Amino acid sequence: MCTDCGCSQVDTAKVQIEGEPHHHHHKHTHTIEVRERLLAKNDSFAMQNRDRFQSCGLLVLNIMSSPGSGKTTLIEQIAKSKGDRAHKVGVIVGDLATENDALRLKAAGATALQITTGTACHLEADMVSHAASHLYLTNLEILIVENVGNLVCPAAYDLGETLRVVLLSVTEGEDKPLKYPTAFQSADVVILSKIDLAEAVEFDRETAIANIRRMAPQAKLFEVSARKGLGMEAWLNYLQSLMLLEVCR
Amino acid sequence: MHEVGLMENALAIALNYASRERASRIEQITLRIGDLSGVEPDALRFAFDVVTQGTIAERAKLIVESCPTLCFCHVCQTQFQPTQWDYECPTCQTWSMAIVQGKELELTSLEVS
Repeated sequence: MCTDCGCSQVDTAKVQIEGEPHHHHHKHTHTIEVRERLLAKNDSFAMQNRDRFQSCGLLVLNIMSSPGSGKTTLIEQIAKSKGDRAHKVGVIVGDLATENDALRLKAAGATALQITTGTACHLEADMVSHAASHLYLTNLEILIVENVGNLVCPAAYDLGETLRVVLLSVTEGEDKPLKYPTAFQSADVVILSKIDLAEAVEFDRETAIANIRRMAPQAKLFEVSARKGLGMEAWLNYLQSLMLLEVCR
Repeated sequence: MHEVGLMENALAIALNYASRERASRIEQITLRIGDLSGVEPDALRFAFDVVTQGTIAERAKLIVESCPTLCFCHVCQTQFQPTQWDYECPTCQTWSMAIVQGKELELTSLEVS
């Protein structure tokens, strides 16, 4: 046993160096219980975002899907809504590169801000917080976060949204909800998009809906073609009802 | 994938705890990763070697404890382990998405010296 510290390590190597009476070469290891979530920091930013959005009375959507499922087209149609359903829409768009989506959304009448993530495959709550500080939130009624096209990574990150919306286009295959369970399990709304193409791609609607219902029984389901305007009324009415109910306040 | 970002978070948490304990080295980091977390343990290991370089956790041992998905069946009042695509209770065949385990992304413990 080491006489200086009382440890019981037997293979202790003691080295005597001139001027230093006792020198240890052995390690005193001990265990620290941590039990901390790796995303704790993100979650705390998300909570701050949620408080901030609620205090502005904003309905916040976090829209996620694979690349090319129709997120931007869907948001364009929300921004272009007329009459009772015309709302001031702000959009935060996440993309690996290019500002194309933000330009499209601005043309549709939305206030849009692009976050180019470089190599990051998802948006995090602090990125959204930073982007939101460049928008006049009190002038907006709906804030839409268009996440990076990816069904894996974005699902793990709470951004402080009111509603999480997952898109599945008919061109992607009916079994997608089974392949990406985490995204679908966390959805408040699932939107089956591009239904105008269903026949051309021999889309099996019944199987797809059964898969969505199985993986996301909690989610509300809408079937739309944003480009052709099919099914958009029900979806826009739903958003309208949420705003009237002030679920976000 | 975002394993590098997650590993950076894990390292930040570990360094914070180690400095509180005035540790000079981190010898081992244990993570608990759920099967539904969307994270690849091999990619985590790779990221770990990269992000720990030049820190007191360099050459530390990384232990990844994987957590199988568990669902709760409301009919049988028991937990069961679903297969990858099938969330049916093996006893009563009721489909359940009541996930009680499998989404974990946690730093459980550290060994420091």
